[in-house]
Amino acid sequence: MDAFPVPYSGRALPLRRSNVDTDQIIPARFLKRVSRTGFADGLFATWRAQPGFVLDDPAYAGATVLLAGPDFGTGSSREHAVWALQDWGFRVVVSARFADIFRGNAEKGGLLPVQVPAEAVGRLMGLVEADPSTEVVLDLDARTVRAGAGPDEVRVPFEMDDYTRWRLREGLDDITLTLRNDTDIDAYETGRSRFMPAALPIRS
Amino acid sequence: MPSETPPRTLAEKVFAAHVVRRAEGEPDLLYVDLHLVHEVTSPQAFDGLRLTGRGVRRPELTIATEDHNVPTTDILAPIADPVSRTQVETLRRNCAEFGIRLHSMGDANQGIVHVIGPQLGLTQPGMTIVCGDSHTSTHGAFGALAFGIGTSQVEHVLATQTLPVRVPRTMAVTVDGELPPGVTAKDLILAVIAQIGTGGGQGYVIEYRGEAVRALSMEGRMTVCNMSIEAGARAGMVAPDEVTFAYLAGRPHAPSGEDWEEALAYWRTLRTDEGAVFDREVHVDAGALSPYVTWGTNPGQGVPLTASVPAPTSPDDERALEYMDLRPGTALRDVAVDTVFIGSCTNGRIEDLRAAADVLRGRQVADGVRVLVVPGSVGVKVEAESEGLDAVFTAAGAQWRGAGCSMCLGMNPDTLAPGERSASTSNRNFEGRQGPGGRTHLVSPAVAAATAVVGRLSAPGDM
Ligand code: SF4
Repeated sequence: MDAFPVPYSGRALPLRRSNVDTDQIIPARFLKRVSRTGFADGLFATWRAQPGFVLDDPAYAGATVLLAGPDFGTGSSREHAVWALQDWGFRVVVSARFADIFRGNAEKGGLLPVQVPAEAVGRLMGLVEADPSTEVVLDLDARTVRAGAGPDEVRVPFEMDDYTRWRLREGLDDITLTLRNDTDIDAYETGRSRFMPAALPIRS
Repeated sequence: MPSETPPRTLAEKVFAAHVVRRAEGEPDLLYVDLHLVHEVTSPQAFDGLRLTGRGVRRPELTIATEDHNVPTTDILAPIADPVSRTQVETLRRNCAEFGIRLHSMGDANQGIVHVIGPQLGLTQPGMTIVCGDSHTSTHGAFGALAFGIGTSQVEHVLATQTLPVRVPRTMAVTVDGELPPGVTAKDLILAVIAQIGTGGGQGYVIEYRGEAVRALSMEGRMTVCNMSIEAGARAGMVAPDEVTFAYLAGRPHAPSGEDWEEALAYWRTLRTDEGAVFDREVHVDAGALSPYVTWGTNPGQGVPLTASVPAPTSPDDERALEYMDLRPGTALRDVAVDTVFIGSCTNGRIEDLRAAADVLRGRQVADGVRVLVVPGSVGVKVEAESEGLDAVFTAAGAQWRGAGCSMCLGMNPDTLAPGERSASTSNRNFEGRQGPGGRTHLVSPAVAAATAVVGRLSAPGDM
């Protein structure tokens, strides 16, 4: 996974819905794919079938920050929900509350879940709807979100534990982290018993 | 072993022997001895490797098979369902690209992933075994620590041959006494789950102990460990003993010569020490058990076959009764079925087929009942045919099929129609598991066969 730039700046898309469950993020019929990419067309597929859905509003084309109502990512634990958001181009989701499993999957996959009070999400949405070119700035070091200027400026802190922040900042997925310790794995392997089985070469 | 080592459980010993790295505040990094792969949960993991330019660290510790989607008739024709076909073809491409051993349809060792591992002698005591499949717990019957993992973890194991894991809690299920005649491993595990509930094993590795467990064959132990997940447990284990060693001796990938002696010496240390403490202990009296059957829509909703459908005690029970179209007070032996399924990684091994054949020999399947007998692997199929079991099944009016998961989950064409009712030797009676609207009663192979003859849920003694 890619290291998360500090600070990160991107345009945002306001999704004024709460309780967005993973079945809405990516309906089950798209889970039959065998790839890890190519889920973008499944993203919010049911809602996109209705005209005027915000995801297809050209004003927000190229947005990389998703602003959503509270309780984002509830329901099934499918990892595909994160993959679909990333495939579409999102790198950040801002909500007042995330479902635990979704949050875990997002952090694992490098999609930044930013939890701030509902009132702040509302003001961010207001700014973006008034001017879709508004840049939303995330600072992983300061752990803040900000956007706008002057009296309308939004600047709020968000919470994230040090370990997760470090992993995202360095772009370290679990596999990368484990591979940093591959001398430990090498050492363990040299000590394995000779009688442990292997599937190759095939014996019969 | 130095005498100052505190007493440990079997699970703790196997876990400790695989810790590659331990650091404060992080999960332990655990070495994986064997990684089993099938077509449904692996494609995104291989895709992840390609996206990151990573390889498979130890292809020779990995083995793949086609099982969930395979048709059980006409296996050499192309798979009709395009999704199933794509999953199988993708697995073939991935295994070829990454150098992984694959048993494809038509191959002499193809079969359900949890049947072929033990059969090839790749499942051995003291190993860590993982697979993107919850019934990986089956392999614990050999005293291995074996558990199911998600797709991201499959990728992690492919790339590193390790997995970050937190030390699990341990639970002992001790089955004292002797199982009465006609009561099988399946009845035992259904009774255990009915006793502790589908969440009773949550977060634990269960070790099955006691006289009745020691008396089980390896295949019976696999049936028991297989369904540990149905009690919510991460894994199930049985300490290896002479039964285990006799099963393994001479299998293709079992150690031989000096290695065998060395392995044997190690395997004999794999038992829970005197004085070791489990986080939870449960006792079951084997002598009090009888053939079991589920009446509801989770595997914990089971009762003795001689009982009646119980009165609901929760909204879940009410919903289950409604789905199953059953009324409290109805004798389970009065419940008629449309279909009988004998197979799956729970009960698709040779002893299971022998038990079913013993009941069906010289008898006829009841009018209007469809009976599918699906061996767990091609190896099991060949063995059954060499013993003439296929002839017993077909003479009785049952269908003898090719190897695979089949009606256990209905990803292939073998499904229940809406409203149809089955007696099934598989492990899950969830709503729609065997086909949308299908109703499943979990039973042992002997009960399944007797039910096929009578047309209603029955034990062999009822015929
Ligand atoms: S037989 Fe059933 S439970 Fe076993 S691996 Fe296949 S689908 Fe899963």
